[in-house]
Amino acid sequence: MPGHIRFPVLWRAGLAMFFGLGLGLGLGLGLARAQTPPLAEGPGRDTVEAACAVCHSLSYIQMNAKFLGPDVWKAEVAKMRGVFGAPIDDTAAAEIVAYLVARYGVAKP
Amino acid sequence: MRRRDVMAGLGVLATQKAVAAPMPWLSPDLPDGTRAIARMVRPPGKQGLIQLTDRPPNLETPIQALNAAITPTEQFFVRYHHANIPEEKTFDNWSLEIGGDAAERPARLTMRQLEDLPQTDVTAICLCAGNRRGLVQPHVPGVQWGHGAMGCATWHGPRLRDVLAKAGVKPDAVEIWFEGADTATLPNTPAFHKSLPLAKAIANETIVATTMNGGPLPLLNGYPVRLVVPGWTGTYWMKHLTRITISRVPLENFWMKTAYRVPAGLFPFGSPFPSQDRAANVPVTDIAVNSLISWPIDGDEVERSGFKARGLAWDNGRGIRRVDVSLDDGKNWQSALLDRELGPYAFRTWSLDTGPLPRGTVSLRVRAINNGRDAQPDTYVTNPSGYHNNTPHRATVKVV
Repeated sequence: MPGHIRFPVLWRAGLAMFFGLGLGLGLGLGLARAQTPPLAEGPGRDTVEAACAVCHSLSYIQMNAKFLGPDVWKAEVAKMRGVFGAPIDDTAAAEIVAYLVARYGVAKP
Repeated sequence: MRRRDVMAGLGVLATQKAVAAPMPWLSPDLPDGTRAIARMVRPPGKQGLIQLTDRPPNLETPIQALNAAITPTEQFFVRYHHANIPEEKTFDNWSLEIGGDAAERPARLTMRQLEDLPQTDVTAICLCAGNRRGLVQPHVPGVQWGHGAMGCATWHGPRLRDVLAKAGVKPDAVEIWFEGADTATLPNTPAFHKSLPLAKAIANETIVATTMNGGPLPLLNGYPVRLVVPGWTGTYWMKHLTRITISRVPLENFWMKTAYRVPAGLFPFGSPFPSQDRAANVPVTDIAVNSLISWPIDGDEVERSGFKARGLAWDNGRGIRRVDVSLDDGKNWQSALLDRELGPYAFRTWSLDTGPLPRGTVSLRVRAINNGRDAQPDTYVTNPSGYHNNTPHRATVKVV
């Protein structure tokens, strides 16, 4: 009984986006990537972008924020090196972990 | 905030810019970081999907499109582990290779030869084991899925066992291994290869799908051919299938030995996978019993004269026995009306007439029980990778 349900304005806007965005983003995935916000500024950002974007978009980092502690970010970087074979040396790895913890780690109480 | 970015270039909607952050296609319970990067996209051959990541593509179905027993092909979710996805034209001369140390002889099947085998249809849910991971508290790392890493389609093609018979299965076969055409960027990244125990591989319902909902598989859903493993989670549903190995030994790789595992004994509904089960942990296998309120969704306004709530329920193929709905956030429950079943592996649609409601905020909840008496737990069963999140879905609406 859709007639019994009233949509708030926000929901209507959402519906318009839902059906309208397809047209707006008709160019597909590449365009959508361009619209994802850049990584936060901070020491190590260039190293992160160079190392991580080889295999996956940087939005993997932003998606997993901000709720991971330093140990978990460290383990994620270790997994990328040890399991997935990312060619990241110890110096770069330390820089990457420090950046991820500082910019995308769980907020300290 | 993000909304402004998303809507840049959509002049027609620009006047609504001042309105604060409605993203009715995105759960408010997702991590802030996830909400910041999620985008509504329409990749080639698809329609409105929520993009969580674009490379590799991980795109989920908006809850508004999960309102029927069959999910539209164009809005069926997309999940990849690796970024290199071949273009459609590279499959023009596609064929499927079958071999292995427990095969009687090597075989190679063209699309034509697959289509010449006896054909069958199965309506089945493909569901990522990590569906709703993004709603797990505390959050765990991984793709932060909301409700839409799942869909139900009618798949068509030959049974896997008839395909295997072309090579011949020796009596000492233990597992069937599967490879697809998508690959990682780096050569030393473990390739996403998976295996099934022989029993599930030769089961009646397991097929090699050449079509989906009556049409070709979209590239992002596994064109030209994908494995369909009804009742089991999506990790086994190999896309762009290129090679099958009939093996005497278990597949030993990261994707079988480390990933997609749950603590042993925690989810008793899971089918055994004897060649991969270990004392500490076991592969995630069966889909957990679960349900969804498709309508209304969080934040909707409803009339106090009442409305018809609608949704989906599903499990691993034992079949849905009952769906209960609460209109007071779980204090009291009443049984919903179940629609006709499309098959044991399909979404089961349900509805409930609420009757008159008090003004104010109402929280609906839904929970399903299957024919094996598996029920949804009140609280999330914690496991390291955030699998099987099947706590009762809630939708909070305003009665006006």
